[in-house]
Amino acid sequence: MSAHLPVLMVVLPLAGAVVVPVVGLASARAARALALLALVLAHLCAVGALRVVLANGTWRYRLGGWAPPWGIEYVVDALAGGMAVLVSFVALLTALHARYSHEGRNPLNVATSHALHLLLAAGLLGIVVTGDAFNLYVFLEISALSAYALLAGGGARAEVAAFRYLLIGTVAASFYLLGIGYLYAATGTLNLADLAARLPQAPDAGVVGTGLALIVIGLAVKIALFPLHGWLPDAYAYAPAPTSAFVSSVMGKVGAYVVLRFLFFVFPAGGQAGRALDLLGLAAAAAIVAGSVMALAQRDLRRMLAYSSVAQTGYIMLGFGLGNAAALTGALLHVVNHAVMKACLFLSAGNLLARTGAAGVDECRGVGARLPVTMGAFGVAAVSMIGLPPAGGFFSKWYLVQGALERGAWIYVAAIVAGSALTAVYMFRVLEAAYFRPAAPSAASPPAEAANGPLFGPGEAPAGMLVPMLILALAALGLGVFNQALVDGVVAPALAGVAS
Amino acid sequence: MDPRPLVAPLVPAAAALLALATGRWPNLRDAWSPLAAVASFGVLVSLLPEVLAGHEPSASVLALAPGFPLHLRADAFGLLFALLASGLWTVASVYNVAYMRAAREKHQTGYYACFALCVSAALGVALAANLVTFFVFYEVLTLATYPLVAHRRTPEAVASGRKYLAYTLGAGQLLLIAVVAAATLAPGAEFRPGGFLAGTASRPVLGLLCAMFLAGCGVKAALMPLHAWLPAAMVAPTPVSALLHAVAVVKAGTFGCVRVVGWVFGTDLMRDLGADVALASAAAATILLASLRALGEQNLKRRLAYSTVSQLSYVLLGAGLGSAAALAGAMFHMAAHGLMKITLFFCAGSIYLRTHRAEIPELAGIGRSMPVTMAAFTAGILGLAGVPGLAGFVSKWNLGLGSLEAGQGGFIAVLVLSGLLNAAYFFPIAYAGFFGGGGRVRFDEASPALWLPLAATAGAAVALGLVPGAGLHLHELAWQAARNVVAGGRP
Amino acid sequence: MEHAIHVLATLLLLVGLHGMLTRRHLMRKLMAMNLLQVAVIVFFIALAAKSGAQPPITAVGDAAPRAHDYVNPLPHALMLTAIVVGVATNGVALALLIRIHRRYGTLDEPDVILGMRE
Repeated sequence: MSAHLPVLMVVLPLAGAVVVPVVGLASARAARALALLALVLAHLCAVGALRVVLANGTWRYRLGGWAPPWGIEYVVDALAGGMAVLVSFVALLTALHARYSHEGRNPLNVATSHALHLLLAAGLLGIVVTGDAFNLYVFLEISALSAYALLAGGGARAEVAAFRYLLIGTVAASFYLLGIGYLYAATGTLNLADLAARLPQAPDAGVVGTGLALIVIGLAVKIALFPLHGWLPDAYAYAPAPTSAFVSSVMGKVGAYVVLRFLFFVFPAGGQAGRALDLLGLAAAAAIVAGSVMALAQRDLRRMLAYSSVAQTGYIMLGFGLGNAAALTGALLHVVNHAVMKACLFLSAGNLLARTGAAGVDECRGVGARLPVTMGAFGVAAVSMIGLPPAGGFFSKWYLVQGALERGAWIYVAAIVAGSALTAVYMFRVLEAAYFRPAAPSAASPPAEAANGPLFGPGEAPAGMLVPMLILALAALGLGVFNQALVDGVVAPALAGVAS
Repeated sequence: MDPRPLVAPLVPAAAALLALATGRWPNLRDAWSPLAAVASFGVLVSLLPEVLAGHEPSASVLALAPGFPLHLRADAFGLLFALLASGLWTVASVYNVAYMRAAREKHQTGYYACFALCVSAALGVALAANLVTFFVFYEVLTLATYPLVAHRRTPEAVASGRKYLAYTLGAGQLLLIAVVAAATLAPGAEFRPGGFLAGTASRPVLGLLCAMFLAGCGVKAALMPLHAWLPAAMVAPTPVSALLHAVAVVKAGTFGCVRVVGWVFGTDLMRDLGADVALASAAAATILLASLRALGEQNLKRRLAYSTVSQLSYVLLGAGLGSAAALAGAMFHMAAHGLMKITLFFCAGSIYLRTHRAEIPELAGIGRSMPVTMAAFTAGILGLAGVPGLAGFVSKWNLGLGSLEAGQGGFIAVLVLSGLLNAAYFFPIAYAGFFGGGGRVRFDEASPALWLPLAATAGAAVALGLVPGAGLHLHELAWQAARNVVAGGRP
Repeated sequence: MEHAIHVLATLLLLVGLHGMLTRRHLMRKLMAMNLLQVAVIVFFIALAAKSGAQPPITAVGDAAPRAHDYVNPLPHALMLTAIVVGVATNGVALALLIRIHRRYGTLDEPDVILGMRE
């Protein structure tokens, strides 16, 4: 069993996705339990694989025993292992929370939602562990399709937003496919490790360069890097809470992981990859500032968080663009931190919406007293987003600033700091409204039955909605205080294989 | 590895969590702060003999970033600030409970939790041994004080809270860049008497770094023109103004500036960069301008706020002058001013609770109905003006000596002038308090829970003025630290 | 003339992009997207072609095949997968279009946006 961990972590959610709707015909509860079981097992496989990798080095798993480069292999190194643990963790927590958006729906509908969630998790995990470029495309599309379907579940506007996302996402994936087509034309292989070996000697630099450009553009759209981010705010703003939490926290990060893989592990250092990284760095700096400014202008809470994601993706890509050890550490640390923070923020926004109907920043007045736990978690995640100690976001920012200063890139330092300042403004606006402004007289009243007693506050969400959010909030703090353990344990080994 | 420097900030933090958890039982919730205050004060006092003997007990746990542990160390200067903060918290926590109950303020649970967290952060700032630890606690202090400024939740309070955040978070970002840059230049970024940045980079770069550090810390230290948040923050409840905005937050700012001058750059490097004169001049300007501004304020708390702005720059002046006596005077003034100002704020609070009078013209004759309060107030203002026999004189004397030692005798004129201005905007209050108003007034002193703390701090100010080395040996701590800094550059 | 196929692929790609950007009807956008996917498929298949090559099928008992006699089967296999992905995408897209049509009564983008505003 344990010899097959890399493939199990993809197969289990995949198999679950097939079985869950069938079970759901009979009982929604059984379907949900099965889905959660699949995710728990996938997470355990990911953790197990990471431990093996940290102890023994990169794990190359051959699917069906076919030797690469003709067969498809799964490659789990420290980076992939870490990403897999992160993805499965967030998938599990958001699935736990999903129960509450499923109230009042028929069992098959609920089961299908869970199945789509499992498919998305399987797709993302597949992207992370695969060692073959085309296999990556397939998983990319699997995760994208399930995301389109899940995001459309948020009601009327979500359907249109999901359709737009579908169009743009498919174009992006097609660009990626075209790009790896060029790489195949230049080297004759699609295996990532083999590509890394053959690309330096590829005869036609123009073909390789075109492939690189197409791959980068396709991925840039997928991760919503400014200015190719237009599809994101609508898609995230209208989606149901657990979906937006899962998608916003993890999908962009997996896309960034693919960029890291290609630009630092596959393409030779310097040269074309270097130029691409410089451009990405500039786009990232613009993303940080533009995303934060646009977030500032939003009145709707979830749209604000969506634009904030655009800015935070900028931080990660900025770290890639700078390319030195400190900046890359900061970027990877931020991948983890942002996934945790953003998931927590979207879950708490979802709780707010569910319990009080508050969707806009102004409607959050006085909410701090009614939903103290939810707003407390929001506050912790907000502090981490701004980058204040002792929360995790501070430390990833620290490494990024250090990396930028080491390269003498003062503009990037200014962008990072400006981003923090702007984030502080729009985050504190929400906290100020929640805690320090009295509730407007016309505020929506909580549902008739207060789901919990005075311990949680008069209108607080039920425990099932609170626990995943609290776990994420605590993780945001813990990742800050114990960030060195994460850096030494996982991030440094992950970056050990970087070409530069 | 001595756990005590780590325990001292953790105890108030634990009290904060306990207060949050026991919000439904007010008596229990209110008891945590005085208990924790006594406990942390006790831990710090226990460190006193070792530090006076020249040792520096330290505790290092966790790594915050590669090469940067969370490192807390009790050296002379750090212990001075820590003793001041925790000692005054002991007194203030009693006053806090009495005030909040008498004023029937709302949201008390969050209030006590944030208050304790502030003290914890201040102690962390005091005992930090490297720049990273310092920065972490410094920012936590900002975060913990914001809810206290906006506590009353009136539109004015919320607006002041925003202003406060804008100033302090902005300064924090500047400080972040400076700290990361310093950490890149000098691995470990450990505070060293005499500084550790000399020779690590070119003069323009070091000059820019110095400006960024001083601007970053200068906001909390209310150096003009970065001071505007302080008068606005007077909208907070008086105990907040007393402990935090006269002692913890603003002293953390001046502490930071002095740490930067003495332990990051070193007085020699400061002189080399020309930053010493720049800082001293900015401080002198602040002293005088803030005093002039105080004359124009009719609201008692706002006048006290501008007086604070002015007095804080005494510390910055000493840091700028850079000689041993100046530094010692500066550090001692942190303690002296803290004692005296907290007395004044306590008095303002008591008077407001009893009579609802906040404007100075209304205070005529109050000395006859609240004699203990007014006597303490008088002691405080005499000390701030530098009258011999009170704590303020000791620090001013040292500052004067220090400016002569540094060859910048002109600053003595600033000291004298500011003393006169102090008298001008404070003495009339006391005079009118005792001799003004008309007719007989009833004796109507505040409750003991309110006047005992302020009498204690006033008495301490007098005692410290007569025998500076008594009790907590604050004067010796200041001189020990100052000598370390000045000698630090040379083996 | 070996580049004719690449010209075709580029043309299809551009037509697809153009259609997605300029057509107002959501179904037409979807069709344009399909054209774009076809362009990529054509490109890959063009990679597989060799002059004078045979389809990659051998019978039992034939001599060991020499690579340059046969068309490269790998891109064809990959494109079969890509076609399946395209079909799945179309399925999801059409399902979404049906729901949009049911809700707004139209598939004309400006009208749908107007409907969303309400």
